[in-house]
Amino acid sequence: MKRLGRAVVMEIFCFLKQGLTPYEKKKYVWKMLYIYMLGYDVDFGHMEAVSLISAPKYPEKQVGYIVTSSLLNENHDFLRLAINTVRNDIIGRNETFQCLALTMVGNIGGREFAESLAADVQKLLISSSCRPLVRKKAALCLLRLYRKNPDVVNIDGWVDRMAQLLDERDIGVLTSSMSLLVALVSNNHEAYWSCLPKCVKVLERLARNQDIPQEYTYYGIPSPWLQVKAMRALQYFPTIEDPNCRRSLFEVLQRILMGTDVVKNVNKNNAAHAVLFEALALVMHLDAEKEMMSQCVALLGKFIAVREPNIRYLGLENMTRMLMVTDVQDSIKRHQAQIITSLKDPDISIRRRALDLLYGMCDISNAKDIVEELLQYLSTADFAMREELSLKAAILAEKFAPDLSWYVDVILQLIDKAGDFVSDDIWFRVVQFVTNNEDLQPYAAAKAREYLDKPAIHETMVKVSAYLLGEFSHLLARRPGCSPKEIFIIIHEKLPTVSTSTIPILLSTYAKILMHTQPPDPELQNQIWTIFNKYESCIDAEIQQRAVEYFALSRKGAAVMDILAEMPKFPERQSALIKKAEVAEVDSADQSAIKLRAQQQTSNALVVTDQHSANGPPPTVPAVGPLTLVKVPSTSGNAEHTSEGQALTQPNGTLTKIDPQTPSEDLLGDLLGPLAIEGPPGAAVQPQQNAVSEVGGVPSAVDGAAIVPVGEYSNSVQPIGNINERFYALCLKDSGVLYEDPYIQIGIKAEWRAQHGHLVLFLGNKNTSPLDSVQALVLPPAHLKMELSLVPETIPPRAQVQCPLEVLNLRPSRDVAVLDFSYKFGANMVNVKLRLPAVLNKFLQPISVSAEEFFPQWRSLSGPPLKLQEVVRGVRPLPLTEMANLFNSFRLMICPGLDPNPNNLVASTTFYSESTRAMLCLIRIETDPADRTQLRMTVASGDPMLTFELKEFMKEQLVSIPTAPHGPTAPPTPPVAQVAQPTSPVKALTDPGAMLAGLL
Amino acid sequence: MIHFVLLISRQGKVRLTKWYSPYSQKERTKVIRELSGVILSRGPKLCNFVEWRGYKVVYKRYASLYFCMCIDQDDNELEVLEIIHHYVEILDRYFGSVCELDLIFNFHKAYYILDELLIAGELQESSKKTVARLIAAQDSLVESAKEQASSISNIIAQATK
Repeated sequence: MKRLGRAVVMEIFCFLKQGLTPYEKKKYVWKMLYIYMLGYDVDFGHMEAVSLISAPKYPEKQVGYIVTSSLLNENHDFLRLAINTVRNDIIGRNETFQCLALTMVGNIGGREFAESLAADVQKLLISSSCRPLVRKKAALCLLRLYRKNPDVVNIDGWVDRMAQLLDERDIGVLTSSMSLLVALVSNNHEAYWSCLPKCVKVLERLARNQDIPQEYTYYGIPSPWLQVKAMRALQYFPTIEDPNCRRSLFEVLQRILMGTDVVKNVNKNNAAHAVLFEALALVMHLDAEKEMMSQCVALLGKFIAVREPNIRYLGLENMTRMLMVTDVQDSIKRHQAQIITSLKDPDISIRRRALDLLYGMCDISNAKDIVEELLQYLSTADFAMREELSLKAAILAEKFAPDLSWYVDVILQLIDKAGDFVSDDIWFRVVQFVTNNEDLQPYAAAKAREYLDKPAIHETMVKVSAYLLGEFSHLLARRPGCSPKEIFIIIHEKLPTVSTSTIPILLSTYAKILMHTQPPDPELQNQIWTIFNKYESCIDAEIQQRAVEYFALSRKGAAVMDILAEMPKFPERQSALIKKAEVAEVDSADQSAIKLRAQQQTSNALVVTDQHSANGPPPTVPAVGPLTLVKVPSTSGNAEHTSEGQALTQPNGTLTKIDPQTPSEDLLGDLLGPLAIEGPPGAAVQPQQNAVSEVGGVPSAVDGAAIVPVGEYSNSVQPIGNINERFYALCLKDSGVLYEDPYIQIGIKAEWRAQHGHLVLFLGNKNTSPLDSVQALVLPPAHLKMELSLVPETIPPRAQVQCPLEVLNLRPSRDVAVLDFSYKFGANMVNVKLRLPAVLNKFLQPISVSAEEFFPQWRSLSGPPLKLQEVVRGVRPLPLTEMANLFNSFRLMICPGLDPNPNNLVASTTFYSESTRAMLCLIRIETDPADRTQLRMTVASGDPMLTFELKEFMKEQLVSIPTAPHGPTAPPTPPVAQVAQPTSPVKALTDPGAMLAGLL
Repeated sequence: MIHFVLLISRQGKVRLTKWYSPYSQKERTKVIRELSGVILSRGPKLCNFVEWRGYKVVYKRYASLYFCMCIDQDDNELEVLEIIHHYVEILDRYFGSVCELDLIFNFHKAYYILDELLIAGELQESSKKTVARLIAAQDSLVESAKEQASSISNIIAQATK
């Protein structure tokens, strides 16, 4: 058949080559289109179709235009050939030719068309001499060109014209213009404010059926399409401020909400409900009065129970949208039973909506019911939905688990029922949870053991239970049937049934069982060794490696205990599942007007991944290499640092020992530049040696001074750069220069992980003589525990020393730690007090929160002291995007799309401290577009102190101006560096409180 | 916006396609194959919307023909459903109780009418009367051109006799 089609086409092609009359040409081009439509590959004859466009007569031209627009797409090269003809037709006087040209450009016009034709099309649209039939086509044609290249519409000139177009009486032109407006406002609503009242007027005109010709009523409804479009355009404006306009709009909406009844005629019903659902969306968007909102919920509740499947589908869909917008969750929860029934609907489209809605409305109060319902449904659900279903159940179980054992139960059931659809992420997550929660370990191990008794279990279940039992089965040793040997036997039974990806896990399990069997059981040992031996020649490299290594390791006896010890805890991180769901949700489930913004921010939302540091535990969960079994001491890096520091503590005499190759080369590299130590490390060492040989061992202060020009002996050492500015900059970033003067530069590099901070101070001597009597003392505020490793007393010439500083955050507070630093250069004592950038925001970890997570939390934290609100005045005016950037730089994650009002910002973050552990903080900022100097801030978290401190912290940031400390509220602190007598700093040190007060 | 319009017969034969978003030939074939699999297999009493690749397809069956339109997730589904019906009504009025054969033999007319109804994936005209008038005007233009041509060829024929 296919070949036949091709033969026919080839024949036509031959005809086309010969000289044909236009009529014949036309006929064959149509046939070509028909054959193409039937699915045959027509990759020739395009030229003939395009050439017909330039035919002088209407019939040929018409065919040329229509076939071209059906056959080609905007990227096709042949279209370029036609641009000139098309343009001539558009600017020509022949109305019918204009229509044909506009239609084709509207349907397939690409970028090149946009550039060369937009101006002409605009002229046609606003021309008073053109008839409506041309103008409505011009409107949509312009819309198409605008989509391809937004620059074709010059906003300044166009706004008034657009507003005029909305006064149009012809409904056809008005419908097309309204589509154009929707596209324009979706990109830039601010420019088109003047169109807002006109949209309302159009809507009023339609709703009252004033001046609507009979031919434009559809089943008795005045153009439902235009009504829908007008309401759609209104949804792109954030609010409606004019009270009159608002009132008349709400009258119309009220009338639509109340006046729409279910009627017998399907088409009338559909058209009326198309309008009704659009009205619902608009009401939600405008955040209307409570009364109207509950009316909407009541309507939706009615819809999800009707028989008509379309309405039921849309009811569920809109209810899901409603979840994100308003405080109506409780009333939606009342329909839970009905929604669960919809989960069993024969129609998969409806089931999908029901699942989405259940997922969205789930919170702590109903999580158990909903998840159990999902699990039950899982065994009967169709295959197309199972993966989504199991993913969603897993996420809900994780997010809202009342207790962790329930979570483990759910996931194991999930694997049991739908193992094929449970992705690896899900079981990795369980393992992480169990590893991180000691209380849970015996329970999970026992559960895993139970599942192994089942006759046929899914391979994923084998993986999980083998992993769990390998790690934790020794906790069960006393229970019947749980001796190492029995566990080994039952796991080993599964070995023949599993694939190669599971065998490595089983081998690890055997090795761990063997290790936990104390005293060793020779019989078990032999059995396991035999298995290892067997796999030593396995073709799979991973299995082979493990077998060989475990065999060798397990022969080492007790030494193995260290290597095969339990896995260390995993770093807390955002669930991979939730990330996955976010990805899936990007283009669905959000409301039209919000969608745009949400899309702009998606890239941000996805960036929040785990931030494991170089010396943290390995990032991925089990099953990677056998190396992951080796416990990685997370302090290894620190240990090296300290030893390095210690090595530097006695540098006197042995100056050459200073090794520029510190473990963190890149840290050094960063700081070398600003330190102004020129030349390669070797060169830096050279002059030191010279100095040593010249001075004869111990360089004295006098000698050092002799080298320095006398001019530098002024009685004060001026810092280079503004200390405040440096501090504020460091509050936002993690490495940089904290302090600098002509003699020394103090750099800082920090790593923050949860409540822990690891800072390294880089003290760099800029001179060719050593700095003596170096003293650094950290004065921590009450909420920070800080440990500074030893600081060497002397910093050799042109050398840099690193002093690690460990920080532990005990509880939320805004107080700042101070570094009291002094050194002696020549005869002068220099003493500076520097604020250390261990500030509140360093213990934050941005976390993105979806609407489904946000609103339950937000509501559950009701009122003071957990939720505090304050109107802040005198805020330095910032555009919203800049404010969002500022927040992001403070590690507050802006969650776009949660607040329907674009003047508001919603942010979330996690705060870490010993007392609060990881605590979610939610922030909402409501700005006033008219007055940017004030805003209302609401902060919520599970800890009253945290809420208060965070609120105050943010207030400081918004009111003061960190980048320019000369603002009104942050008076410039005088330079702190001063030359003091050697005795005075000791005195000052005795009263850190007073000093702090003086400083801040 | 409407990304494409498809007319598929119950046997899976394509009767009309119109693409408002750029798809290559390969993609077009793939979309048609995929969607006819999804839509033709749906039972009669289900809703008229199918979620597909992050889009929604609104479809309606008239006798042996399925009319499908693909729209964005957040577009108004019922509105599009009524655009389909609106189109069918206009076809019906034009052909006088339209059937699948009309659309096979006069598929170019179906294209003309669709072009008067939709441009760039948006509704252009919601009045049946106006569309009918415009199509009639087009037909008469074509007719008169044909008459002209035949009269010219007559003259030539007579002259060369």
